[in-house]
Order: sequence, then C-alpha cells, then structure tokens
Amino acid sequence: MASTTPLDIPPAPPETRSRPRSTGRAGDKVFLGLSRGSGILLLVIMASIAVFLSYRAYLALSENEGNFLTTFDWNPAGDPPVFGIAVLLFGTVISSIIAMVIAVPIAVGIALFISHYAPRKLAAPLAYVIDLLAAVPSIVYGIWGALVLVPYLEGLNLWLDQFFGWTYFFEKTEIGAARSLFTVGILLAIMILPIVTSVSREVFLQVPKMNEEAALALGATRWEVIRLSVLPFGRSGIISASMLGLGRALGETMAVATVLSPSFLVSLHVLNPGGGTFAQNIAAKFGEANPLGRDALIASGLVLFILTLLVNGAARLIIARRKEYSGANA
Amino acid sequence: MTHATTTDIQDDRPRIAPEPAKGGLSSRTLPRWSPIGFAVVAIALGVGISLAAGWHSRIQWGLISALLFLAVSYVVTTVVENQRQAKDRLATSIVWVCFLIAVVPLASLLWTTIVRGSERLDGYFLTHSMAGVLGPEHSGGVYHALIGTLEQVGIATVIAAPLGLLTAVYLVEYGKGSLAKAVTFFVDVMTGIPSIVAGLFILSIMLMAGIEPSGLMGALALTILMLPVVVRSTEEMLKLVPNELREASLALGIPKWRTILKVVLPTAIGGITTGVMLAIARIAGETAPIMLLVFGSQLINSNPFEGAQSSLPFYIYEQYKVGEVASYDRAWAAALVLIAFVMILNLVARGIARWKAPKTGR
Amino acid sequence: MAKRIDIGGLNAYYGSHKAIEDISMTVEPRSVTAFIGPSGCGKSTFLRTLNRMHEVTPGGRVEGKVLLDDEDLYGPGVDPVTVRRTVGMVFQRPNPFPTMSIFDNVAAGLRLNGSYRKNELSDIVEKSLKGANLWNEVKDRLNKPGSGLSGGQQQRLCIARAIAVEPDVLLMDEPCSALDPISTLAIEDLIGELKERFTIVIVTHNMQQAARVSDRTAFFNLSAVGKPGRLIEIDDTERIFSNPSVQATEDYISGRFG
Repeated sequence: MASTTPLDIPPAPPETRSRPRSTGRAGDKVFLGLSRGSGILLLVIMASIAVFLSYRAYLALSENEGNFLTTFDWNPAGDPPVFGIAVLLFGTVISSIIAMVIAVPIAVGIALFISHYAPRKLAAPLAYVIDLLAAVPSIVYGIWGALVLVPYLEGLNLWLDQFFGWTYFFEKTEIGAARSLFTVGILLAIMILPIVTSVSREVFLQVPKMNEEAALALGATRWEVIRLSVLPFGRSGIISASMLGLGRALGETMAVATVLSPSFLVSLHVLNPGGGTFAQNIAAKFGEANPLGRDALIASGLVLFILTLLVNGAARLIIARRKEYSGANA
Repeated sequence: MTHATTTDIQDDRPRIAPEPAKGGLSSRTLPRWSPIGFAVVAIALGVGISLAAGWHSRIQWGLISALLFLAVSYVVTTVVENQRQAKDRLATSIVWVCFLIAVVPLASLLWTTIVRGSERLDGYFLTHSMAGVLGPEHSGGVYHALIGTLEQVGIATVIAAPLGLLTAVYLVEYGKGSLAKAVTFFVDVMTGIPSIVAGLFILSIMLMAGIEPSGLMGALALTILMLPVVVRSTEEMLKLVPNELREASLALGIPKWRTILKVVLPTAIGGITTGVMLAIARIAGETAPIMLLVFGSQLINSNPFEGAQSSLPFYIYEQYKVGEVASYDRAWAAALVLIAFVMILNLVARGIARWKAPKTGR
Repeated sequence: MAKRIDIGGLNAYYGSHKAIEDISMTVEPRSVTAFIGPSGCGKSTFLRTLNRMHEVTPGGRVEGKVLLDDEDLYGPGVDPVTVRRTVGMVFQRPNPFPTMSIFDNVAAGLRLNGSYRKNELSDIVEKSLKGANLWNEVKDRLNKPGSGLSGGQQQRLCIARAIAVEPDVLLMDEPCSALDPISTLAIEDLIGELKERFTIVIVTHNMQQAARVSDRTAFFNLSAVGKPGRLIEIDDTERIFSNPSVQATEDYISGRFG
C-alpha cells in the first residue's frame, strides 16, 4: 500500500499563497473540529457504555442477597432477591469452547482449501459465498437450528451417548430433545465458520510466494509446503481469527435463545438439555423482569461485555504484533 | 547407481530415506481418478455399516463415510505410493472433507429458508400486519415489521454514516498522537461489542431518564453496532487513495478541507458506499436490541419516535416463539424476506465495489 | 553425483502466452552454465522448467523434453516432488524459512526426505554449512532464527539448505542481484567450489559475473515485446565474450542494447 502514511503530507503552502481565499483557514478549522469531534464522541460512547452498565450493575448488586459470582440461581424478584452468574458463565464458556473446537480446524481447512487446494476457478466464487454467509442474520441461524438441526442431532446424540458415554461429557443422563449446550456449540460453530475462515484465508494468501517456493524447491509435497511455510506464517493469524470468532460466539443471543431449553444447572454432561448463557438469559428473562431484575440482567451483561473486551483485545494485540513481525521480514 | 561417482558427503548419508533410489524419478502412482474411487468405496461402506447398525441420522452416515474415506485413501496410498504421498493425500482429503462438512449445513440453511419461506411469501404477506391475527391462524403478514426495520435501520444509518465517515477522515487525514491511537483502538473494541450489550446500554439510559420504548431507541443501539463497521471500512478506503492526489491538490493552494471534500472523498466514494451498505446489511438482522428497546408490536406503527414497533428479525423470533404450524410458516417467510434483503444489499454493495475498484488506483 | 541435462524442443506457456519457444541445449555435468539476456527474454522461466517449478505458477505449462541423464523430467509417472528434490534451486531473494532456526533451515529438506538420527543430522548440517562457506560465521548460533543473518549470509544459508539434500543439479536464479558486492564475491567463490560436485545453472543480469563464474554461457533474446524468448546461442564462455558467432550476442555483450 503506497499511501499508508498519509500523515507526512507536506504542511499547507505558505499563507501568502492562500491569501485570496479567506475561507481556507476557517473551513479547515471547522472541518477538523467536526471530524475530531466525531472521534471524541466515539470515545465518549465507549466510556459511557462502561459507566452506565457499571452503575446499573452496582444498583443491582447492592440489593443482591446471594453471591453474584457463585449463586446457582436467578431470582431477582424473590424475597430476598438472589441471583448469580455461575451457571451463565459456565454455559457461555462451555458452548463457546465446543464451538471453537469444532469450528477452528474446519475453518482453517476451508481457508486452506480456498487458498491452496481449490481449482482456481472455484476459489474466488467460494470465497465470495463464504463472505455472504457471514451476513446471514443470527435469528435465521436460530430458527434453522431449532427447527432443522435439533431434530437431526438426536440420532448423533444417541450414538455419542452409546459409544462415548464413558467420557462423561457425552453421557446423556436426561431424556429430552437435543436442546443442549452441545447443540448450541455446534450451531455457534456453524455461525462463526465464515468469519474465522475469511480472516484465516486472508492471512494464508499473504504468505510470501518466495517462502512457499523455498519449500517447493526442496522437494516438498503440497502438504509439506503448507506445514513448512504457510502454517508457521499464518499461526498468529489463525489465533486472532479464532479469537474474533470466539468473541462472536460469547455474545451470540438469538441463536442460543431459540435452540437452548434453559435451566439453572451446571452439568458437564453437555448432551443434556439445559444450562444457559449470558446473552440467552438476558433475552429469556427480560420480558418478565421487574426493575431490579432488569438491573440484574444489566449486571450480567456487564460481565459479558468485559469478557468480550478481553477476548477481542487479545485478538487485536496478536494481530498488531504480527504486523511488526512480518514487517521486519518483508 | 554407480558408487564410483559418489562424493564424500554421499557416502556418509544414512540410507533410511524411503525415497525411490536416485536415478529413478518416476515411481508408482495412483491414477488421477483414485480419489473419486475412494469416495465411492467409502460412501458405499459407510451407508452399508450405518444400515446394518440401524442408525437413522444422516449426519452419522456422512461422518462414517468421511472417516472411511480418509482411512481408505491413506492406507491405499501408503501401500501403492509411499508415506509422504499418503500424508499429502490425507491432508488434501481432510481439507476437502472440511469444505464438504461446512457446505452441508450452510446449504441446508439456505435451502430450508427458501423452500419453507416461499410457502407463505406472497403479496398479501408483504402488505398486511398481524393486527387481530391469532397464532394458529393462517393469515397475517409482515408489513408492520418491514416498516419498523426500514425506519430503525434508516435512522441508524443517518446517524452512523456521517459520524463514521468523519471519524475515519479524522483518523486518516488528521489523526496523530494519542487521541487517534485511542480512537483506533476503541473502534476495534467496539466492533466486538455483542448486540445485546449495546441494547443494555441504551436500556440503562432509558431507565435513568424514564424514556419509553420506541423505534428510535432501537435505532440508537443499532447505531452503536454500525459505527465501528463504517469507520473501519471507510478508513481502509481512504488509505487506498494515493498520496500524490492529495499533494497535487494541496500544491495548487487548495485548502485541506476542500482537498478532502473534493478530491479524497470522491475518489473513495465507491468503497465507502460499499462499506456503509455492508454495515446496513449487518444491523438489519439484529434482533436482541430490538427486543429490549422497541418491545415489538402486532400493529402498524409508522412513527419511530413514539410507541412500540416491530422489526423483521424480531418478528421471526416472535413467530417462532408462538410455536404453531402457521406461525412457523410466517417465521420462515419473514426469514426469507430478511435474507433476501441482506443478500441483495451485499450483492449490490460488492457490485459497486467491483465497478468502482479500478479508480482507486490499485 | 552431477548429471547432464539435455533439453529438446522446449516451449513454456503462461496460460495462452508463450514465454519461451523451441529451446534445445545440453548442460554439461560438473560445470557452471550461465544464462544471460535482456529482461523478459524468458531465461528465468526456462530455468524454472528445469525443476518443474514453472508449473507451480497458475497457468504455467511446458511442452518438450528435459532429460536428466536420459530420464525425462516431464515423462509420464514422474513425480514433480522427486524432480525438485533432485534438482535444487536458489532464488533471487534469499528465502530462509522465517520461523526456523539456522539449523532447522538446513535440515528442512533432509527431514522431509527421511528420518535421521540427531548426530547424523548435525553432521550433514555442518558439512552443508561448511560447503556453503557459512559454518564459521554461524556455528555459535545455530539455534538463532535464520532471518537474523545478513542478506549475503541468508543467501549462503539457502545454498546450504539446497546442497544438504545432495541434489544432482543446482539452479540459481540471479542469486546475487539482491546482495552487496562483498557478499556477491563470496557467493561467486562458492559457486566455483560447488561446481566440483554439482551441475550448476545460473541466471544472471550481470555479464561480468557470467564471465567470471561460468564455463559455458547461453544467450537468450526475444524478437519483440510479447514474443516468446529464444535461445540465440550457447558456447564456451570465453568464446561468447570474445568472439560470438551471432551479431545480436555481440551487440548485447558490448552494451548496445538490453
């Protein structure tokens, strides 16, 4: 990119030249003010999100009679009001982990397929379709998951229970439809596939040609070229793509709300229906919530906010590091 | 191979290498059609095993066949060619299987939406609201939700597009120092905010100020979601404008703000439009903030500033929750409308990007 | 185990564009053959057909025969991977694997081709680095990344990596064009030593370099821009530079064009 440093534009010509146009300076000031103002406004929005959420959360927590972190219950309307995020944190993390475990390898595979395996005529349209799929609204994934995926997964659940029940995770101790954290994980995996794929693909396409040729000239097979040149170069890119996907999975609301049959239980039997996530719980409990209930939900939203901030921040950090790293070798 | 000609290093080399002896460039290779053969064998076996075991899930059939495919091609290649080739073929197969595994659900999603959605989708559906329609009844429509979506997304765009544009201009044309760095960082952070959190933020303001739910509140939450997307994409486009253009204009004595308005922005306008349209497509499908802030309604309310409204994605959720055959039909039909809306926006946006691309000088 | 290369009637294409046309020549074993010619004359493309790297480029396609001691590289059933293992290559810009240490860079090709015990591996790495005149400079930091070396050192590292697998032929595509004069000299000296063991083909823009390092020189030219490149003549380097048989060669060498 030739113009990544637009900052070194030479200073405006001397005043003598711009004298005839008195609007110049004033216009510049107004325009700079406007554009800087919007930048500042953006910061103000971010700050107020943190402040407002924290304040409401504080209101809620000061009336909570249970421990916010460890209580396995959500009853802000009760007497005394008791609510805690343990179940939500557990469900959010577990379903996201399942989603990552499924989605990341497959996404890397698809990205490699597009960048290195697919016939050239197929690669470009395929990349295009993947990008389009990233735009499918989550509610559509949600009703598809609930009405199509859930019935389909019942057979798989039985099978997993039968042959892998000994792993504890896949032991299904409760009967019921496959409205489980495992199904949620699979659906989230399908949803984050496009984003993880397209970011990884970008990185794979950036691998310098000469690195790949180095491996080829040594008599490497295509897979060995990928192992020697593409994956080492793309590793941090894959990590940050996964983190971006994780950020999405953590905060996904509608797809989880439609598929999961929620309960306030913590169980590592991931095939059992039940459990909950932050976003799903907010969607499910909001309608009937009293004022304290709303604040309690805001408090759980604050935790979700912090969680996604951490994950996304880490992803950005890795990307930034990679830029420096690859720049040094370019 | 004549040992008389080998060099000193050659003599020291261990002979473990499984490669064919030097001088033999060709080796036994499988025919080009062999992957198809493996696939046929694997699918036949997979279906056979599944039928014999009495499994019903097609997903299982597919998984078994996929695993068999990997195993068969690995073993055959190891025997006929060698292990390196087998590994290479394994990797190729895995990559293909990944692709197929991903295609199946995504194709199913689109297919189901189109087939189920077209059952109810007609002129009546698009022009009627849900006023007076009970859940199990096979009537009603999506008109009120369409109006809601268009108005909420429209308001959000009117706020977010100029704000985002100006912020991007600031970052690219003026930005230096800690303020620009902070803005850049927080734009990234903002991109990752879950939509429900944006909704909760506006909700907490409403709770403090005692504001009632309305389309406007939903639009404000959508603005928060749209803003970073617009900033990011506009920034990328502005960076593509060659510096020479700016310098040429400045050297003519044209003030900077006019240079930006008359030279930089027009050059990048195609890409900026694309970015804004993609951002619109993204927020049009958001459900969670609408649920918290607009509340949903069965009636036509064309005033976004007062009273509850509906929106397409929220309508889908509502109809799904009703849980009747008729309401599922309505949900799918609305999903088809929403997907069509989003896809058309995407296609047009990418069309503009392609059509305008050469002018950015890259 | 240097080998002779016989090329017969070779055409190479990028999609529908013909890059080189009807090239026939013989490259003698244990010698350095230099390819010279103006930009775009297809000498690099030709070089890349000698280890089947040309077909890696999208749309790349080759017709004709390349015989390596009577075995056709493009014959049926020939695996390009085996070809590239037998015919090593050094590129214009040094391209060590950026994430690997110096040791791992040299060992990369060996590890692909078989399993070695640790001391065998370090013996071969040491020999190869010595063969590339790099051992003394890097022996204390074999575990440091290869990208930390200077450009000239990196290029010699790439040569060490290429010779570690004992290829029959070593192709060099303008190996000094990205290097300073001192590093260039080091590489040229190295080429002189390597030709005792390998058949070496080198593409160069620098005619003095061709004159200094090569035994035989081939001159390539193209009749017009967009037309395919052709072999004009190949002869002993001394003859090419003193008394070439074709006028175009003399014009090019004396700097009248190109």
